[in-house]
Amino acid sequence: MKHWGKALILAATMLATNAHAEIRFGIVNEAYPPYTTKDASGKSVGWEIDLMDAVCEELKEKCTIVDVAWDGLIPALESNKIDVIWSSMSITDERKKRIDFTDKYYSSLASIVGPKDGVLGVDPEQLKGKTVGIAVSTTQSAYFKKHFADIATEKSYATVDEAYQDLSAGRIDYSFSDTGPLKEFLKTDLGKECCEFKGTVPADDAVLGAGVGGGIRKGDDELREKLNGAIKAIRANGKYAEFNKKYFDYDPY
Amino acid sequence: MDFSWIIPYRELLLNGALLTCMLLVISVVLGFAIAIFLAIAQVGNNPVLRVAAKSYCTFFRGTPLLIQLWLIYYGLGSYLPYIPGLKGSFLWPLMREGLFFAAVALTLNFAAYQGEILRGTLLAVPKGELEAALAVGMRPSMVLRRIWLPRAIRIGLPTFAGEVILQLKATPIVFSVTVMDLYGAAYKIRQDTLLVYEPLILVAAFYVALTFLITQVFQRLENAVPARR
Repeated sequence: MKHWGKALILAATMLATNAHAEIRFGIVNEAYPPYTTKDASGKSVGWEIDLMDAVCEELKEKCTIVDVAWDGLIPALESNKIDVIWSSMSITDERKKRIDFTDKYYSSLASIVGPKDGVLGVDPEQLKGKTVGIAVSTTQSAYFKKHFADIATEKSYATVDEAYQDLSAGRIDYSFSDTGPLKEFLKTDLGKECCEFKGTVPADDAVLGAGVGGGIRKGDDELREKLNGAIKAIRANGKYAEFNKKYFDYDPY
Repeated sequence: MDFSWIIPYRELLLNGALLTCMLLVISVVLGFAIAIFLAIAQVGNNPVLRVAAKSYCTFFRGTPLLIQLWLIYYGLGSYLPYIPGLKGSFLWPLMREGLFFAAVALTLNFAAYQGEILRGTLLAVPKGELEAALAVGMRPSMVLRRIWLPRAIRIGLPTFAGEVILQLKATPIVFSVTVMDLYGAAYKIRQDTLLVYEPLILVAAFYVALTFLITQVFQRLENAVPARR
């Protein structure tokens, strides 16, 4: 009986110390290049993974990646399967009701791509009567509702990749998404052949969100402060700029 | 449990439910019509038709519905714009929609299963009845129309009910080709409101209710035409 008690206490202390021995980063399962994607061996790579490595190096913490589907990220965080959402999640008021956020680590600019017809620009006038493919329930979708809902039709996609497919097949007229992934799409064979960059829409922080940050469980202030400090540090010491060079010719912060 | 989202999303939900019902009705009615030809071809004497019908059923029963849908939508569908004249025609607004491809895929799939079942029930009709029909002077086409096919359909009725229910539950995959059916609506609500279970519970209840309705309809059909052994 005594031994059992000891074993239990030992197990409990091990669990307690283990809880913060590593930070579990929830990375979205669906490819979202160049931020997160999987290489041929199934390993997660991309801009956000490099950012995570830089942050963890700064914190001298051990970090592990947990793959989670996009719609499972917040439930996974709440049920303590991950410690931070690190998957291009924009900081919005709606989400803030459920979770906390770190400071932003990049700003999400929204842009439009369309078929190669030489007509550039993103004026509402040009979108009149057109069908625009948008990933469901994204900040771009909220932006569209506010600025374009009366003049154009929104078509919802589970992932933005499917919208690209339909754009190249001529089923939709435009695709509206985050600038980074759109430019990445235009570098692919499919994108090069069919489409061109039309332009970036004017900023609207109310719907596009105050940038992208790490999602933190409500009340986990210790981790949030730690990550905020690390983000600030790598911005200052040049590490952010260093890995960013590999992906973008601009500073997305 | 939070169901306050039902009011703001009622239009989306209602449209989704209508789309689900529409896809079910279209695919079951058209699929059944195709199935009759498939079944007759399989029990008939023409070897070319028999092999063709058999291959069709084997292919569509042997591949996942999701793959069929994507082959049709992303494969076939992406070549449609290259058919001269189609893109500008009055058909294009229909043929650029995922709904069209979803209806086609569900219909073709349902036809294959139904064709196979109907083949079995055609063979299950007692030979004596057909011989009796011929003996009273009916032509073979009339035997098929008046005796063989109606008897086969009646024998298969309990199985058809099950097939229609399975078909209902196959419809949510159409969301993967941008059709905002009931599941699509639930998906969007889940993403918008960050609620995990409530939207799923609501649509699950809807599917159960619809299944109950289908069982009732078939029960009535079965009672209206009593089977005599």
